[in-house]
Amino acid sequence: MQPIIRVENLVKVYRTGKVEVRALQGVTFEVHPGEFIAIMGPSGSGKTTLMNILGCLDTPTGGQYVLDGVEVSSLRENQLAEIRNRKIGFVFQNFHLLPRLTAFQNVELPLLYASVPKSIRVRRVRDLLERVGLGERMHHRPNELSGGQMQRVAIARALVNDPAIILADEPTGNLDTLSGEEIMGIFQELNEEGRTIILVTHERDIAQHARRVIHFRDGRILKNEDVTDRIDARQLLEELKRQRNLLEEAG
Amino acid sequence: MNFSESFQTALFNLLANKLRSFLTMLGVIIGVASVVAMVSLGQGMRAQIVDQISSLGSNILTVIPGKVRQGAGPMGMFMARGGGNVLKYEYFQELRATPFPGIRAVTTEATTSLPVTFARESVFVNVVGTTPELLEIRNFMLLGGRSFSGYDYSYSRKVAILGHTVAQDLFGDPFLAVGASIRVGRRIFTVVGVLEPKTMGGQDLGNQVFIPLTTFRQYLTGGRYLRNIIVQVDEKEHIPLVSQWLSDFFRRKIGDPEQFSILNQQDLLETVESVTGTVTLFLAVIAGISLLVGGIGIMNIMLVSVAERTREIGLRKAIGARPRDILLQFLLESSLLSLVGGVVGLVLGILAGRTMASFSQFPFVLSPQVMALALSVSLAVGLFFGIYPARRASRLDPITALRYE
Repeated sequence: MQPIIRVENLVKVYRTGKVEVRALQGVTFEVHPGEFIAIMGPSGSGKTTLMNILGCLDTPTGGQYVLDGVEVSSLRENQLAEIRNRKIGFVFQNFHLLPRLTAFQNVELPLLYASVPKSIRVRRVRDLLERVGLGERMHHRPNELSGGQMQRVAIARALVNDPAIILADEPTGNLDTLSGEEIMGIFQELNEEGRTIILVTHERDIAQHARRVIHFRDGRILKNEDVTDRIDARQLLEELKRQRNLLEEAG
Repeated sequence: MNFSESFQTALFNLLANKLRSFLTMLGVIIGVASVVAMVSLGQGMRAQIVDQISSLGSNILTVIPGKVRQGAGPMGMFMARGGGNVLKYEYFQELRATPFPGIRAVTTEATTSLPVTFARESVFVNVVGTTPELLEIRNFMLLGGRSFSGYDYSYSRKVAILGHTVAQDLFGDPFLAVGASIRVGRRIFTVVGVLEPKTMGGQDLGNQVFIPLTTFRQYLTGGRYLRNIIVQVDEKEHIPLVSQWLSDFFRRKIGDPEQFSILNQQDLLETVESVTGTVTLFLAVIAGISLLVGGIGIMNIMLVSVAERTREIGLRKAIGARPRDILLQFLLESSLLSLVGGVVGLVLGILAGRTMASFSQFPFVLSPQVMALALSVSLAVGLFFGIYPARRASRLDPITALRYE
């Protein structure tokens, strides 16, 4: 099967004044359709730089990046914008919802830039918000939603243009354990439906929700291995809820 | 994103900050309002003065005693006169008898102040001795009755044409005046006509009584000296020629060129046009400066807005906004601000202009060009001062913008 992402000998060098920072020093890997990959590494390991390049927010200094059959490293700004719009769904650590727009309007935004007609927009946004369990809160603003709900809106927004991959950058970083686990549950469900997901995290137990983990250090891949002791978010959630109920009964 | 969606987004953003949007617009509102009010006032002033000069008749050269001082202002040229009794009746007679190509008619005004009486009503008015041609040359319209005939003039008949105000004062209803007998000084005159109301520069021209010059000389005063001699030229092109000839004629008669002046209506019109044009331009420049200040206000607030919304811009770019989508969105915001400001300013300017005009003697002239100019200039201000902030927004690096705190 043709890989959805093929990265070959990717190099990224930042120059700040006279200092040269080699953020990526020859990174090579492939992502196939339906995979769920976690990229792990300490801060400064280059995982954010990789994420930015994979998300077409940044261009590599050297090497090749083929996304869904398109050589991306040579594209111009407008073309990159279109790729971001059509092929990539972003989920950020701090949600990045526009505060003055409702959940519905936030999810609708990528469709506006894709010039999708209104009738189709309404149907697709409604379906997706119901899919992430926010059918009742469609017309609420972000400040009327909990952290977990905001992240679910963000996931609906990431899915709305039916992208080739979903890029999630520390999606549980600003959430409590329970909400975080719920979000990971949604990712696992999406993956079971066939979505390709790349997750960046520095937490081992979050990475364990994926099927494969790529370990990063100093701009290089340290290890690329399948997850053996995979966490099933649904089971863990039930466990967590049971524990909490016990605590409440005791207290 | 298509235009109507960008427009809705821009409107949404402006309405989200109503007070700020309004205060930003205020600069443009004041600017446009002052441009519209000032230019309209200037044009009203000009229209009125030109109208008054034209209403004195067309293609006219007026010879008056004394020297007109230059730079006395548009109306000053009319008023300024020195000298004394230099225009003799004989000159008028000779001028009338001398055919010169280009001269269509020659008339004159000799004046004195006398009480005019009907029944118990008496008013003190300007009595003008003149020829039958005057009414036509000066564009006086008859409200009722008739003008002088050649017969009235030749036989020094005691007939009078009353100005509207005089007829009103004496008879109450001006129409009752025709055919009545009145006393002018100590003589009895028959009213043959009444004129329509007429003013010039706020001065009432209806407070006059016109009688034949021959009658004036025979019954009222000696009439040896005339207030002016009025020459109507057949065509505009002949004015310089006739003017030169008149100048030579009177220099020969009077001797001293400082003792008389020849007023050219065309010169007067041009002077007025240039003076009021300068005044209008001056007002417009001052108003334009306030528009510029308004534009700078827009630029300032747009820059603030771009800085505040850096993260929003980063997010929009991350989910697929192209640089031109961002550019369009911010440009729409700035032009919407200034265009709405322009419309509000236009309305306020018209109201202010009308109010000011109603307190002055000038009419309010609102030309479509001024309205179109005000609106297009305000749109241009929005685009011009919006382009820099909008470009700045569209060029933001999404990664940096997303991380911006």
